[in-house]
Amino acid sequence: MSNPVSVKQPKHTLSVLVKHNLNTLSRIIGIFSSKGFELDSVTFAAEAEPGMARMTITTRGDEKTVEQINKLLYNVVDVLKVINLTHKKSIERELAIVKVSTVKSGRPEIMLIAQAFQAKVIDITSDKLALEVTGNSDKVDAMIEVLKPYGIVAMSRTGSVALKREFQGAVNIN
Amino acid sequence: MSTADNIPQKPVLQTVIMHNAEADAQLYSGSEILLKTLVDLGVDTIFGYPGGAVLPIYDTLFSNNDIRHILIRHEQAGTHAADGYSRATGKPGVVLATSGPGGTNTVTGIATAMMDSIPLVVLSGQVPTSVIGNDAFQEADIVGITRPITKQNYLVRDVNNLEHVLKEAFHIATHGRPGPVLVDLPKDMLNTKTKYAGLDNNVDIPSFKPTLYGHHPQITKAAEMLSNAKKPLIYVGGGAILGNAWEEVTAFAEHLNIPVTTTLMGLGAFPESKPQSLGMLGMHGTWYANMAMTECDVLIAVGARFDDRVTGRLNGFSQNSRKIHIDIDPSCIGKNVDVEVPIVGDVKHVIPAINKLATPPKIDEWWATIHKWQREHPLVVPKAVDKIYPQHMVKMISEVTNGNAIVVTDVGQHQMWAAQHYHFNHPRSWISSGGLGTMGYGFPAAMGAAIAYPDRDVVCITGDGGFQMSSYELATAVEYKIPVKIALMNNNCLGMVRQWQQLFYEKRYSYSVFGSNNPDFVKMAESYGCLGLRAENPEQLKSVLEQAMAIKDAPVLMDIRVVEEENCYPMVPSGAALFEMVESDEEAGK
Repeated sequence: MSNPVSVKQPKHTLSVLVKHNLNTLSRIIGIFSSKGFELDSVTFAAEAEPGMARMTITTRGDEKTVEQINKLLYNVVDVLKVINLTHKKSIERELAIVKVSTVKSGRPEIMLIAQAFQAKVIDITSDKLALEVTGNSDKVDAMIEVLKPYGIVAMSRTGSVALKREFQGAVNIN
Repeated sequence: MSTADNIPQKPVLQTVIMHNAEADAQLYSGSEILLKTLVDLGVDTIFGYPGGAVLPIYDTLFSNNDIRHILIRHEQAGTHAADGYSRATGKPGVVLATSGPGGTNTVTGIATAMMDSIPLVVLSGQVPTSVIGNDAFQEADIVGITRPITKQNYLVRDVNNLEHVLKEAFHIATHGRPGPVLVDLPKDMLNTKTKYAGLDNNVDIPSFKPTLYGHHPQITKAAEMLSNAKKPLIYVGGGAILGNAWEEVTAFAEHLNIPVTTTLMGLGAFPESKPQSLGMLGMHGTWYANMAMTECDVLIAVGARFDDRVTGRLNGFSQNSRKIHIDIDPSCIGKNVDVEVPIVGDVKHVIPAINKLATPPKIDEWWATIHKWQREHPLVVPKAVDKIYPQHMVKMISEVTNGNAIVVTDVGQHQMWAAQHYHFNHPRSWISSGGLGTMGYGFPAAMGAAIAYPDRDVVCITGDGGFQMSSYELATAVEYKIPVKIALMNNNCLGMVRQWQQLFYEKRYSYSVFGSNNPDFVKMAESYGCLGLRAENPEQLKSVLEQAMAIKDAPVLMDIRVVEEENCYPMVPSGAALFEMVESDEEAGK
């Protein structure tokens, strides 16, 4: 999962429509663990249609690797559709909760950073702040980088969720 | 990330309510529904072993006359037997095992079937749903254990789903690229009663629709490439057998008059008596098949998967050819070797479509080159009057059975010699563990084939190593009078391991020689009530084989003492390219 050499490989986001059961989830994770593919993040939750679930998988690899992942996903009996969002216009969001120490700098400085990222303060104690940030993964990464020097006590990220954008023309409302 | 808690579970059946609502409908126990469904699906034979969790099924079997149950002596052998039955007939093999160790014993057999794409349905018992997860007696998470080695698997949690799950399991096992499917049956599901719906056997699964016909522009392009080729080659794999497409492949090769080489799994898909046949290719393939693969300019792969035992070193593999690849499983295409024309589809549909559009290429020069290779580098059979050479043994079996037997093997030297020297002219008559290379596979798989075809000669060519991994099945063969002829190529060692140690480890024969520690196989056979025969020279071999083949209603074990330090050639050494194969000890420098 954290092979430093392949971190440089391009990122791919796959949106996978599956039957809602744990066997399918295990089979899909199994493809990544048994064949040695990268897996940056996975989400799995119910779809609007009863009995169905959607997974958003972010992985890394060259085009050939991602094509093979795509084929192997389709080989899982309960997979209905795989969409590689990488080359499509897509809407992508991730949520993170970051607990930062306020000991070094005090609260105002961190709250200014939060404001810049449109993050919300959702918990506050004498020496820590908890921030909730939403955006694409790059934005979440960026805020975490900025906060690191202050001392991140703990954080939890959801991993990306993504869908194809209906309008495939040029837009930029990220 | 979701957890088990927020996945909706269907409510367990309320039998009482069902009963009231459908007062007239007859109710059946899960066990009865299981057997009714199997009969519905055309299953006539199952291989099984009883135990606590499957007692309800065995009780139902006790008074059932529609299904023949073969009591094997170990679940692994039962799985191999079902696999052999499937390879011989094309029908799915069915195994029944109890929970815990019963299920885990099937694992090697399931993995064997998975690697060779064999349709199996494995029915495993499970502890009652109320105690699943409690480390109950004989509980194992067999669905979890077999997930990577099955095409799909199920845990039945509602008896109302049982018939549907079974029909879906058979559909998935036999459609698209075939493979094993496991259905785990908790004991309470077997006792609960419900009505039998009698669903259609053709299950519709929206997420499972294999592509059969191939993309037309690709088919046209393939036909053009073959029609204009100077040095074409057809490379046929197990997919042509699994897809019942041997007639189509034969018609195609004969019409275009293009040379054909088959993989280990493809033996029998194209008759070796035809002039276009180059025999098997790969690590122990013929010299001329490997050279044709190296030199060809257009290669068409037909239901084959460019396995490493076929390709040798990849950057030395068929470098100058334009490649066409037909496979029903898209994930096989472009996995090991890049191809110019991928065609996802069923060989049975795609090959005739190409054949219709292609015209025979002008390849007289290519044929002249191949014939020269065939003259200069034939398969070698050492000559001896007083000793039995393994190659000679296989050739003699081929002669005594007129090339018409079903040949089943274990894994190792004897397997490669059998593949090289038995003259295969019929499909589904060569049964061998190719992908996983499972020792102990041969004898039980041969039993499965012989049960399917009691009137055909079934010869299990095995070794002293492989046979000892499932020799206990002699009891089954004797009990059911299964007329498998075991030709045990006895060299008192693990021949292929020893060969590699000779060639690559300076003859340091580390734990590969049994020597005099082998049992007396004739006495072993006799202790089970099986006829045991021994041959120590070519003359005895002929009479032993004739004596054995004349027996049609019982197994025979032939202990055939062969030359111990004989090596299997040609051989592509590990890490070498196909054209770097060696043909003798001298050439290998040993």
